Amino acid sequence: MTGGAGPATASASGVRLRPPRHPVDRRAVGWWATNLVLLFAAPVVVLVVLGVLIAPARLWLLAPAAVIAAAGLVAVVALPRWWFRVHRWEVTDIAVYTRTGWFWQEWRVAPLSRIQTVDTRRGPVEQRFGLATVVVTTASAKGAVTMPGLDHARAEEVAEQLTEATQAVPGDAT
Amino acid sequence: MSPDWRRLDRRAVPVAAIFMLGVAVVAGVPTAVGLADISVAVALGWVLPGAVVIVVAGTLAEWLRLRFSRYRIGPDRVELHTGMLIRNRRSLQRDRIRTVDVTANPLLRVFGLVSVRIGTGEHAEKGTVRLGPVTRATGDELRRTLLDRSAAAGAGGTLAVLDPAWIRYAPLSFVAPLLGFSAVGGLLNVADWFGLSGGLVEWTIDRLSGLGVLGGIAVLVVAALVTGAIGALGLWAERWWGYRLEREPGGTLRVRRGLLTTRSISVEEQRVRGVEVVEPLGNRLAGAARVDVVATGMATGVEQDKAQHSTLLPPAPGALARRVAADVVREPVAPTEAAHLSPHPVAARGRRLSWALGGVLAGELPLIVLGLLVTDVLLHLAWITATVAVPVAVALALDAYRSLGHGIHGEYLVARSGSVRRSTVALQRRGIIGWTVRQSLFQRRAGLITVRATTAAGSGAYAIRDVAAGAGIDVADAAVPGLLTPFLDQGRTTG
Repeated sequence: MTGGAGPATASASGVRLRPPRHPVDRRAVGWWATNLVLLFAAPVVVLVVLGVLIAPARLWLLAPAAVIAAAGLVAVVALPRWWFRVHRWEVTDIAVYTRTGWFWQEWRVAPLSRIQTVDTRRGPVEQRFGLATVVVTTASAKGAVTMPGLDHARAEEVAEQLTEATQAVPGDAT
Repeated sequence: MSPDWRRLDRRAVPVAAIFMLGVAVVAGVPTAVGLADISVAVALGWVLPGAVVIVVAGTLAEWLRLRFSRYRIGPDRVELHTGMLIRNRRSLQRDRIRTVDVTANPLLRVFGLVSVRIGTGEHAEKGTVRLGPVTRATGDELRRTLLDRSAAAGAGGTLAVLDPAWIRYAPLSFVAPLLGFSAVGGLLNVADWFGLSGGLVEWTIDRLSGLGVLGGIAVLVVAALVTGAIGALGLWAERWWGYRLEREPGGTLRVRRGLLTTRSISVEEQRVRGVEVVEPLGNRLAGAARVDVVATGMATGVEQDKAQHSTLLPPAPGALARRVAADVVREPVAPTEAAHLSPHPVAARGRRLSWALGGVLAGELPLIVLGLLVTDVLLHLAWITATVAVPVAVALALDAYRSLGHGIHGEYLVARSGSVRRSTVALQRRGIIGWTVRQSLFQRRAGLITVRATTAAGSGAYAIRDVAAGAGIDVADAAVPGLLTPFLDQGRTTG
C-alpha cells in the first residue's frame, strides 16, 4: 500500500510524483528498530521493576508491561520495514527531493537556489549504525527537508555537494 | 544621519522609575490587603520596603542599561552595543534591513519618546535591533533613513484611512465572547484576593433567584457576552484608532495606528510576496474582510502581537478590502478576487462532513456514556444539544467545502480554504521556494492530496487543501515551471 507509487491519482491528467531515486541505507532498518526498542523498553522496564518490587500490585503492573511489550514487538518488526519502503531521497542539479512519513506521506521539493543551510546530524544510535541525517533548510519557516538514514560518508558527500551548489547562487534566497 | 556613536535617550530612567512604581503598586496593594488580616503594621512593614527595593533596582538597572548601550548608523551597517558584564554587539547590514517599526506606549508618549525595532527578517532575534527609547524625531529620522531606497521608483499616496463605522465589526469576532468569559473569571479572581468570591457568588444567586436556573444562566451568559462586546470595542479602539495605510515614495507600505500605544509599521515593498484576505465567520456574515500582507522579514512568533503586525487593513467592508488588496500588490484587481478558483473533488466534502460529525460525536460521547450509566437526564441533554450541534456542524462543513478552491492568476497562485476563518491567499509565484505534498491514508483512498507552497514570507507555507491528486500536482507544476517537472511520472497511473 505504501510501495513505489506517488499520490494516487483521480484526475484525468494522470500526472503524479514519481518516487525519489535513492532508497535510504539498508542499515536504517536496524537504526529505526533500535530507536523503537529503546522507546518501548523504557516503560516496560519501569513497570517490570515496580511489579517485582511491589507484590500486591504485581498483576496491575505486569499486565500493562506485557501489553506494551507486545505492541512494541509488532512495531519493531513492522514499522522499520514500512519506513524503509517509504523513505527515499534524491538530489539533482536543481532540487532536493524526498519522500518521508507513514500514515501521512510527505513529498518535499526544495530548489538548490533557495537553500540557506545544510547540516548533517548524527545521534548516538545513528553513529553506531554508521548513518547520518542531512537537514536542508530554506528561507521558509516550514520548508526544511530532512534526509534520514544515509550512509555517513554518503551524507557528507551530499552535504558538500549541496553546500557548493548553494554558494554558487547570489542573494539571500528569499 | 551622522555616523557617530549615539546614546539612547536619558529620559528612559524616569520612565523606568514610573513604570516600576506602577508595578510595585499593582503587586503591592493586593499583597498589603492580604497581609492586613494579620496586622496593618506587618503589611506596611513588608510591602513598603519591598516596593522601594523594586523601584530602586528597576531604575538602577535601566540606568546601567542606558549607560552601557550605544548605537551607530554607519554608511553600511547599523551597530548596537549593549551589556555591562557580558558585552553584546549586534550589527545589521543596512541593505538587508526590511522593516522599521516604531511604537510608543502611553508612558513613552508622555515623555515624547518611542522605541524602534529594526528588522532584517533573518535569524529571528539575531536579525533584529531594538533601540529604545529615543526621541520621536530620532525614531522618525531612523525610519526614513533606513528604509530610504531612493532608487525604487513610484509615487506615494494614502491607500486607506480609518472609518470609525468599522467598529461595528469588532464585536463580531471571536475575541468578544472570549473577553467576556475571561472578564467573569478575572472578577472572581480579584474578589478572591479580597476573600469575597463566596459573597459575590451568593449575591449574584440572590439577585437572580427569581428567574430560575435556566433564566439565571441565560442572564449571566448575556451579561458576559455584553461585557465581551464592550471589551472588544475597547480593544479595537486601542489597536486601530488613527489607522492609516500609506505608500511612501521610497517603496514602503506604512501602517500607523493606536489610541494609547501608537504604532508605526513599515514594510518594504520588495519584501511583499502576496496578500491574504481573511474573513472570519462573523465578519463574513456582515460582509467584512481583513487584509494581511504576506511579506518576508515580518515580526515572528517569538515576538508579540504578530497577527497585528501583518494586518494592513482591519475588518472593513468587502469592497474596500478587495481594493486595498489590489493596491498593495499594485494590480488593477485583487488576484484573490480575479482568479478563477477551481473547486475541489466531492471527496473533500465527505472529509469535512465526517470531521464535523465526528467532532459533535466526541462532544456528545461523555454525555451519552454518563447518561447510560447514571441518569436519563443526560441522555435528554445529549439529544437536545445534538439537534442544535449537528445542523450547525453540517452547515460549517458544507461551507468549508464551498470555500475550497485554487487557481493561478497571472503572477499569483491563489488558494482559499476555511469556514470559521476563511482565508484567500494570493502568493507571488516567484516567492514560492519549494513544495510539500502531503497525503494521509484517508486522503490516499479518496485520491486527494494537500499541496503546500513554501515561502520565506508570512507563515512559511500556504496550503491547497484536499485537492485531487493529479490537479494538485498540475497546478504546482504550472505555478513554478520546471521545479517539479523532473520528478513527475507523466504516464497513466496504475494505482
